Amino acid sequence: MFVLAGLLVALVLAVVVSRFASSAPDGLETVAASHGLDGEEAPHALADSPFADHSAPGVDDEAAGGGAAGVLGVAVSFAAAAGLVAAGTAWARRRRPARPEGAGPPAPAGTP
Amino acid sequence: MHVPDGFIDAPTSVAAAAVAAGGVAVVLRRSEQHLLDARAPMTGLVAAFVFAGQMLNFPVAGGTSGHLLGGLLAAVLVGPWLGSLALTVVVVVQALLFADGGLSALGLNVLNMALVPAFLGYGLFLLARRLLPATRAGVLAATAVAAFTSVLLAAAAFTLEYAVGGNGAAPVTTVAGAMLGVHALVGVGEAVITTATVGAVLATRPDLVHGAGPLARQVALDGAVAT
Repeated sequence: MFVLAGLLVALVLAVVVSRFASSAPDGLETVAASHGLDGEEAPHALADSPFADHSAPGVDDEAAGGGAAGVLGVAVSFAAAAGLVAAGTAWARRRRPARPEGAGPPAPAGTP
Repeated sequence: MHVPDGFIDAPTSVAAAAVAAGGVAVVLRRSEQHLLDARAPMTGLVAAFVFAGQMLNFPVAGGTSGHLLGGLLAAVLVGPWLGSLALTVVVVVQALLFADGGLSALGLNVLNMALVPAFLGYGLFLLARRLLPATRAGVLAATAVAAFTSVLLAAAAFTLEYAVGGNGAAPVTTVAGAMLGVHALVGVGEAVITTATVGAVLATRPDLVHGAGPLARQVALDGAVAT
């Protein structure tokens, strides 16, 4: 339940709040531009990929494209991180099936 | 904060990739001990939330913006092992899917944004938590201090990489001053967002805040008694 609510918040941030995000260069980009660190900057190898720079293919509106990219990013990040940990958990259980209860940190009550 | 291709030379980038890969391998091995209590959904949520947070650039002084890095937030919520895994996932997704952060700079970015904030930042958090009173306010103050500092640590890590293999001509001291100066401002935003998020989780599900330690169980208990 908590995780579902949290994902909803993440989606709202990625789709709605991202419309109000600043498009100014970030700290590293500013420093790089003002001190010439970017002289040998190469275009990103995947700069032509469909979602490059948080845009979406066929969506001209920047905010809408950013929102679509945000939904994708939130979904993929969740799936990849949760999948990685779930796979690791399954692997660890197989490897140590006889692990006694309570040997690890106590499982919080009601973890979703 | 995502380093593009070409800022840092190839040997340094390869070395950073090796260190980052080694670090993530250690994390994967060690986090096995933390895996058995089914924290996959929460780790996924942390990665998703940090991804969204990284999209939200907030303005800082002089036509510059900053965004949440999220490494310290992840470490406080799910611990440094799973937290650094979540951040590694986010950095890889940003680079592969959204062309944010160079492919040759992937190791640099995993170091700067996943491993350094999650481990050095979390170490600082634990230290601050010990020095502060064991209350909700104490945990939040430790979170704020560590979140602010974690951004400076990431900026310092980039400066170190620049010192070793930067392609620019600017002196290292100039880059260090500029990076730390602007990221001191970004760090304030990081502290505000991180503290607000940890505060919100602490208020609703204190048992899900790894970094709250014994306090979380106490708060959960108090809540159970109060209701």
